[in-house]
Amino acid sequence: MENQSCVKIINEWDIVAARQLGRNVAKELGFGTVDQARITTAISELARNIYLYAGQGQICIEKIYDGGKAGLRIVAADSGPGINDLRQVMEDGYSTSGGLGAGLPGVKRLMDEFLIDSNPGTGTDIKATKWLR
Amino acid sequence: MNSTILNFIQNNKESIFNHWLEATKENADERVTKVVSDQVFIGTSREFIDLIISNIKSSNEEFTSKLSEFSEKIVRLGWPLSFVTKGLQTFGKIVFEAMQNAGVVTQENQMKVVYEFDGWMTPMVNEVVNMYSATWERTVSLQKIALQELSAPLIPVFEGITVMPLVGTIDTERAKQIMENLLNGVVKHRSEVVLIDITGVPVVDTMVAHHIIQAADAVRLVGAKCMLVGIRPEIAQTIVNLGIDLNQFTTKNTLKKGVEAALELTSRKIVKVEGEE
Repeated sequence: MENQSCVKIINEWDIVAARQLGRNVAKELGFGTVDQARITTAISELARNIYLYAGQGQICIEKIYDGGKAGLRIVAADSGPGINDLRQVMEDGYSTSGGLGAGLPGVKRLMDEFLIDSNPGTGTDIKATKWLR
Repeated sequence: MNSTILNFIQNNKESIFNHWLEATKENADERVTKVVSDQVFIGTSREFIDLIISNIKSSNEEFTSKLSEFSEKIVRLGWPLSFVTKGLQTFGKIVFEAMQNAGVVTQENQMKVVYEFDGWMTPMVNEVVNMYSATWERTVSLQKIALQELSAPLIPVFEGITVMPLVGTIDTERAKQIMENLLNGVVKHRSEVVLIDITGVPVVDTMVAHHIIQAADAVRLVGAKCMLVGIRPEIAQTIVNLGIDLNQFTTKNTLKKGVEAALELTSRKIVKVEGEE
């Protein structure tokens, strides 16, 4: 698809590449600086989760159009260990790696729509969308 | 090396060269033709074919040193590796076809010639690729060192006040350095207040925030106060959205205000000099 571009996350520097891609697409779509910062931060969180917990995966940035609305969707997919308790990871302050535990709930607050699908053993898929206002 | 192939290449040097030049030129993508003028292209190609022929004539060591010289030159010219390896392939093909047409290769000795030819071409390709990757590796490691040098400087600005300006992406490696430099510097400069300036940090996510919070905690343990300055409005909003608690920090939006606050903390202030001379 023309409106989609992906970055494979294998090492720490790929996070920067994913972020750069997201920022460029957000700029193209006409997002303001605050939303650009929100989108890049969300990508950074999702990409870092892939790098930390799944080892490798990929981040795709899509331009989406719905009626008169334009938006940007981040699709983060990995085939890592998956998440056991989705409710728990969406709680503020929960972390298995000694971090701040604000990553996933933070992404949900940074974006407009947030969908998470995860099964233990098969991996995690996250779709987060920001609409252009 | 089979003398028949050797002699053939030497005798037909010009025609092979012209043939090859044409073929490579067709293959060259825009990246090459854009940056390279015709003159440089032909000159370098001629050098290349002379080099290939010298491979046949001269000793191994001599050739290796020549090849490394040549590879360095190509790398500096910015020729893509794929173009060079393709050039080598085309060269092999042209020579072989020419030999076939001239009847040097016959049905009987075909396999033998193919093997020998391959045994001569393959090490050469390997050498070029090795040369390229060695040059790249050197460049990357040099850049890494250069990056490390500017990764976390600590600047004493006033007595008891130091500033650490952070520019660019903060990864795990850098976060460690920040912590180390910060603590060593605080002790060395006897700082009372340390200002961490994040104006140049493009994204503050939970990991970056976590590292900064940890660094500040450590600074507090050695008896100094940490201040976070250079928070741009969009960064402030993402920090709030993420729900990161920076309450234990004094934060300012510019370094200037940070320095003023730090002076205040150490019971000093900047005054304008009145009645100059």
